[in-house]
Amino acid sequence: MSETVKVPTMAEYMAEGKQPEVLFWVGCAGSFDDRAKKITKAFVKLLHNANVDFAVLGTEESCTGDPAKRAGNEFLFQMQAVTNIEVMNAYEIKKVVTACPHCFNTIKNEYPSLGGEYEVMHHTQFLKSLLDEGRLTVEGGKFKGKRITFHDPCYLGRANNVYEAPRDLLKKLEVELIEMKRCKRNGLCCGAGGAQMFKEPEPGNKDVNIERTEDALETKPDIIAAGCPFCNTMMTDGVKNKEKEDSIEVLDVAELIANAQDL
Amino acid sequence: MQYIPNILFVIALVAGIGYFTKNIRKVIRNIRLGKDVDRSDNKGARWKNMAMIALGQSKMVRRPIAGILHIVVYLGFIIINLEVLEIIIDGIFGTHRVFAPLGSFYDFLIGSFEILALLVLVSVVLFWIRRNVINIRRFKTLKGWPKNDGNIILYFEVVLMTLFLTMNAADLQLQAIGAEHYIKAGAYPVSQYISPLFGGVSEGSLIILERTAWWLHILGILVFLNYLYFSKHLHILLAFPNTFFADLKPKGEFDNLEAVTKEVMLMMDPNADPFAAPAEDEEAGEPEKFGASDVMDLNWAQLLNSYTCTECGRCTSECPANQTGKKLSPRKIMMDTRDRLQEVGANIDKNGSFVDDGKQLLNDYITAEELWACTSCNACVEACPVSISPLSIIMDMRRYLVMEQSAAPSDLNNMMSNIENNGAPWPFNQMDRLNWSNE
Repeated sequence: MSETVKVPTMAEYMAEGKQPEVLFWVGCAGSFDDRAKKITKAFVKLLHNANVDFAVLGTEESCTGDPAKRAGNEFLFQMQAVTNIEVMNAYEIKKVVTACPHCFNTIKNEYPSLGGEYEVMHHTQFLKSLLDEGRLTVEGGKFKGKRITFHDPCYLGRANNVYEAPRDLLKKLEVELIEMKRCKRNGLCCGAGGAQMFKEPEPGNKDVNIERTEDALETKPDIIAAGCPFCNTMMTDGVKNKEKEDSIEVLDVAELIANAQDL
Repeated sequence: MQYIPNILFVIALVAGIGYFTKNIRKVIRNIRLGKDVDRSDNKGARWKNMAMIALGQSKMVRRPIAGILHIVVYLGFIIINLEVLEIIIDGIFGTHRVFAPLGSFYDFLIGSFEILALLVLVSVVLFWIRRNVINIRRFKTLKGWPKNDGNIILYFEVVLMTLFLTMNAADLQLQAIGAEHYIKAGAYPVSQYISPLFGGVSEGSLIILERTAWWLHILGILVFLNYLYFSKHLHILLAFPNTFFADLKPKGEFDNLEAVTKEVMLMMDPNADPFAAPAEDEEAGEPEKFGASDVMDLNWAQLLNSYTCTECGRCTSECPANQTGKKLSPRKIMMDTRDRLQEVGANIDKNGSFVDDGKQLLNDYITAEELWACTSCNACVEACPVSISPLSIIMDMRRYLVMEQSAAPSDLNNMMSNIENNGAPWPFNQMDRLNWSNE
């Protein structure tokens, strides 16, 4: 994608003396990872489409500290958290939406006791609320009737008990939603969590993402839907490893909705 | 002379309960070696957890076969133990079937005990087959004491239930021949089929048989009670406090270390004087240790977790790292924690207070390789039928490795220095964070 999308920053809003409806927390993957950037753009298109008054922190955003905390570096985590909280509190942020379950979990659960209290939503929850309010329309379009399986991100599902929002959105796409044998609270990890994304796996006989991709392939899907940029990478790698990348796409829920409408 | 059985009974009872109490006090002392953590909030949710998860077995039935068999044994255990009350009263006062005047209700009670006893026997046999014959990985991977422990518990149950039914069968036969002291009472839906085996036996022999079964049954119960302390079977008691004191926060929320918050706030405070002498009211204690390398660094709820674990292995069977051949097993994390805690407890028993034994939980029990295999996915926490969190121990030990020893894998060190220097786990400039919008 090479088109420019209009993305207002909090600083711009502040300069105009305005407050957006919601802060879109882009996250490191959403900002820098080539694959995840597409998810970010798809979500922004949906926000524009639904006339959501949003802003991003842009260069004032920094890593939430999640991978540092899960790696055991509580110092670095809290330094990141306190810095981010200072920025968000200065802008008097009330509501945050993010397309990354790790950012979602950290800001929602671990920032409050450090002084950062916001209403935090995962983008699938936010899109669902837009849908319920009638601000967003979701149509099947080109995905109508396709076989789709949803991989639950650990930090959205088990960690925060959000299982239905992404599924509700997928059902609206009029797709054939097929569950893997391990789903929802029994969903198997993609292998990226707990800072594993940033290291080589410990010695074993298989990679976790391959195990999980096999779960997904059992459902004979046309598309594997994800709700996390890291799961997306892991599942995409898994599909490539199985040499199925020509027949199976791994797409974020936001991408599916945006693409269905050719946004 | 006629009071000798009563006296022997009281001695056995006092000795059995006394030794058990002594060991339970040790368990409580050992749990208290842990750091403080507040689990006194939201009592309503805590009682509800205990009622649903421990009393109601709600998480056990997520695996229906094991779950239903477990409920049978659990109900049998609780309900048949009502009988123990009668046995104790009879034993102390030399009465026989003291509750018999309850009449038809007594018949109902004894009848249901017998049916439950039979169901327990069947379940226990099935459990034994699952553990020793069928190829179930979470049981097959148990070796040595943990494997024997599981089987010994099943043998105990078989012996106790058999003694109970034998006692009733002999009693029924004695009732039939009108032996003195053996009043006609109770319904015997199971032992009535055993009783004919004793058809031609003399009254004297029947009494010996009935008394032997009665004595072995109650002594067996006392021995079993005292076996708990040495066994994974302690869960029958600790499942209740453990579910009550379980972490109520969302599973994704890891605690923010307060000692770190203090340091971070000081670093962020522009008015803080870095060269200031500590204020006088500040305690000049040892600097706080970050994370856990031994059991004393864990909190008491984590130590209670370790005593509650009954080594069922549901956590390990759900663990993505374990399933893909990594060394990590959440069950082993819990078993190691308990083993080390018992070792520390024995050290305190011997020396009065803990004397450094040159060992610790980290490396001597749990290796860094195990800890680094975890994806923090919470599958183990979700799987545990009694609300144990192996993940919280793994995280506390990672904290020690990273913050006290700087012993993170080098890839993670790169990730962390990226976050420190440019606010992202990858080496991208923070100033480029919004570039995606123009690409």
